[in-house]
Amino acid sequence: MSRYILPLVAVIVLIVFLVIGLTRGDPRALPSPYIGKPAPEFELPKLKDSSATVSTEDFRGQVALVNVWATWCVQCRAEHQFLMDLAANDSIPIYGINWRDTQPEALRWLQQLGDPYVASGFDVDGVVGIDWGVYGAPESFLVNADGVVLYKQLGPLNWQIWERDFVPLIVSGDISQ
Amino acid sequence: MKRLLILAIAMFAVAPVAAIDTDRAFDDPELQARYEKIISEVRCLKCQNQSIKDSNVFLAADLRREIRRLISEGKTNGEIQDFLVTRYGEFALYRPRASGKTLILWIAPFLLVLFGGFAMFRVVRHRMALPIDDDSVREG
Repeated sequence: MSRYILPLVAVIVLIVFLVIGLTRGDPRALPSPYIGKPAPEFELPKLKDSSATVSTEDFRGQVALVNVWATWCVQCRAEHQFLMDLAANDSIPIYGINWRDTQPEALRWLQQLGDPYVASGFDVDGVVGIDWGVYGAPESFLVNADGVVLYKQLGPLNWQIWERDFVPLIVSGDISQ
Repeated sequence: MKRLLILAIAMFAVAPVAAIDTDRAFDDPELQARYEKIISEVRCLKCQNQSIKDSNVFLAADLRREIRRLISEGKTNGEIQDFLVTRYGEFALYRPRASGKTLILWIAPFLLVLFGGFAMFRVVRHRMALPIDDDSVREG
């Protein structure tokens, strides 16, 4: 009887790993190395006014949502209405990073669908995107008043994700709830 | 028939031609070799089973551009790896560095070989101790 125990244990261990692997959600979603660390500084020309800039300084001292978006990004379109609703709610300032886009198209997008952003930075060559570890728009970072990244959402936001993952962090103000 | 054959061959010939980044990035062959080695060992995060050398999505192109910049600024391979790991995590490197977090990746293969060898040794020793009861052996 005892000779079966070892193979049985091995098979159970394999199954456990398999189940973990299959159920841990999107396998492409990588945890951001910035969680719990200061958000990377950036300074970009404003999408709507190239002579002015938007930077991390603009939202220092308040909890803010930094949303990476682009007009070529289909999922961003799906997310946009949520961002409009969130902005209308007036609970948190939303800053945009317009990633690897063209200015006319991005401006047209905001004109047609509405502009939920306090300001959008125009990251035409993707340098800030790389600094923030962005690899697929839309991505949204929750940054607290000290400039620390509390959470990163890969893919479109909606109210369900917002209530579940973001609101508790906004209430407590840091990740060590 | 001959035409078809030529067409078919031409079809396969296109793939390598369309491949990525054929321009030399550096005149210095040493730097060029370093550059090519680095980009072949960085995962394209957007297309996760390709390196940024083999991918033509713009994120890979952006990362290649950043790595070219870092090399020409005189950064070491270690500093370039740090640059990538800070932003994208250890997963961005195809050859993860031996650190606490990735230690298991490095030692697991050796542990598995050891474990397999031990199991085989046990089985063989056990069988050697058994009396030979194979008919063909007895009759031979």
